[in-house]
Amino acid sequence: MSTVVATKNISKTYGKGEAAFWALDNVSLSINAGESVAVVGKSGSGKSTLMHILALLDKPSKGSVLVKDKDASHMNGRQLDTLRNKHYGFVFQQFFLNENDTVLNNVILPLKIGRVGRKERNERGLQVLKAVELEEKTNSKAGALSGGQKQRVCIARALINNPSVIFADEPTGNLDSHTGKTIEDLLFQLNKQQGITLIIVTHDKDIAERCNRQIHIKDGRLTSRGDA
Amino acid sequence: MKFIDLLQTASSSMLRSKARTFLTIIAIFIGAMTITLTNGIGTGIKSYLNKQIGNLGATNVLTIQLTNTTSSGPKSASSAPAPYNPNQKIATTGGGREAQKQLLMTAKDISRIKSIPNILSAIPARAITPDYIMGTSGKYQLSLEQQFGTTTAQMLAGGGVNDNSSQNQITVPANYVRSLGYINNQAIIGKTVTIGITSAEGNQSTVTATVTGVQQIAVVGPSAAYANTALANQLYGIQSTGLPAAIVNSYSTVAATFPSNFTPTQITSLENELKAKGYTGQTIKDKENTIFTALNVVIIVFDMFGAIALLAASFGIVNTLLMSVQERTKEIGLMKALGMSPRRIFALFSIEAVLIGFWGSALGVGFAALIGKAVNAIGRHGFLKDFTGLSLLTFPLTTVATVIIGIMLIAFLAGTLPALRASKKDPIEALRYE
Repeated sequence: MSTVVATKNISKTYGKGEAAFWALDNVSLSINAGESVAVVGKSGSGKSTLMHILALLDKPSKGSVLVKDKDASHMNGRQLDTLRNKHYGFVFQQFFLNENDTVLNNVILPLKIGRVGRKERNERGLQVLKAVELEEKTNSKAGALSGGQKQRVCIARALINNPSVIFADEPTGNLDSHTGKTIEDLLFQLNKQQGITLIIVTHDKDIAERCNRQIHIKDGRLTSRGDA
Repeated sequence: MKFIDLLQTASSSMLRSKARTFLTIIAIFIGAMTITLTNGIGTGIKSYLNKQIGNLGATNVLTIQLTNTTSSGPKSASSAPAPYNPNQKIATTGGGREAQKQLLMTAKDISRIKSIPNILSAIPARAITPDYIMGTSGKYQLSLEQQFGTTTAQMLAGGGVNDNSSQNQITVPANYVRSLGYINNQAIIGKTVTIGITSAEGNQSTVTATVTGVQQIAVVGPSAAYANTALANQLYGIQSTGLPAAIVNSYSTVAATFPSNFTPTQITSLENELKAKGYTGQTIKDKENTIFTALNVVIIVFDMFGAIALLAASFGIVNTLLMSVQERTKEIGLMKALGMSPRRIFALFSIEAVLIGFWGSALGVGFAALIGKAVNAIGRHGFLKDFTGLSLLTFPLTTVATVIIGIMLIAFLAGTLPALRASKKDPIEALRYE
């Protein structure tokens, strides 16, 4: 099985000298294509920092990140931007939707950024909205949707570029348990049916247990691993 | 993002807080309007003066005098009086303290001027003072000038006189038509008028001339009738009968024509050539420029008020966009996370700034144009009634475009600080931002 992303002895420190804070300490891991991985830990454990580094939004202070066996530190800003735009999907706890804009326009934002033409954009937008069963809300304002619907819009936005990896940061954190379950189901369905690698940061045990593997993190160190 | 998407995104985020955007646009609007109005007035007056100066005479004529090296300018206590030159004739025009000494030219000077390349003709400018002009009945006072070169006066009917014709020809100002006994400008064309003139010996005689055209009444300069060479020669001949030859044959001013397609630089070099020979040549344009310099100073002062308004407005843009960047921190973070480059983020906010500049200036210029139209319409029937042909406010496309593009540039510069701040936002910090 091919590796999608791997880290080699990465550390992340904030501050210097005596006051230095080690958010991550010597973390090595590798995630294979098609896997679903839960990053579990308490708040402040470093799990968000780890996800940001895996998603190439942040750089480690030490060590290297390998994307498909290539060292990310050798990539320039544009290559990183393209990688995130074309191959990664993001689902955040806080949705980050433009509430004043239509559902469709929110969903096609990555395509707009990736300079895709209007016609193709709208076609693919409708396609992914269908996949998350929101096609009847295409032209509604994003602000008018319920929490669950908003998160489905976010998943549609993450899906629009046919990503190889979806990073989900507490995807059900802002939802009630029933809606949370539907979102969870949707994510795992994408993982199984389309083979999209799923990296979920969560402290929800149910979600973590549904994943192929759990990465436990405490005070910036990996504590134990679940088995694939 | 493609440019069109950047434009659209910037447009819609501009409209997100309408009141704030509107107020920023108002500030730019005021600046743009001020500058457009002052420039409009300037252009209007200039183009009017340009037309009027055409009424003063041909533009391809140099009025030439001997350069007076002694009498002009303040003198220092130590400067010695000018030595006597037996070959130099001096006339004093005016009287008392206003008197001006003028060096006189003779036939020798005329042939020297004529020898300069590109001088087509040089004719002494003679003062002709006719007693009256008479049409079908009644005698009226008249000031008459010789038309040099081709006419540039605005003709309401007919055309200018022909210098090559042996026939006596004249053009008259529009206000003479009725007094000369004709019902309208067309009716007088081709008709004969009689001019009375008195010789130096005191004998009055009359000369007839054919009217070839009717001129618009000039606001700048005297409303004179223009005579062709044949008429001028005949009238001057009568007028100078009995004068000593030395007086008849010396002139204070010579009018020289040059090719009418000459460029300003060619004219300047011609003037320099005259200067080298000891003459001062001036075209109508040179006189015009003196007036325009004064006008430009006034316009620049008004423009400065507009510029101050724009300076204040550009701080408004900085403020508006800084607030916008702050409010949209999360959105910027998201766009960066989704792969938008810092450069595009910078472009996005710069475009928003430029758009604010564009709308402010376009509305300001448009409103100024409306005001101009109204003022011109009111003025034409009211306070500008006596200035036939004056559009007080004129807005040529180049001025309008310069104002709009200039303000968009200012807006872009004002937007660089907020845009830079937006482009430097760390996506992680931005996404964490509450």
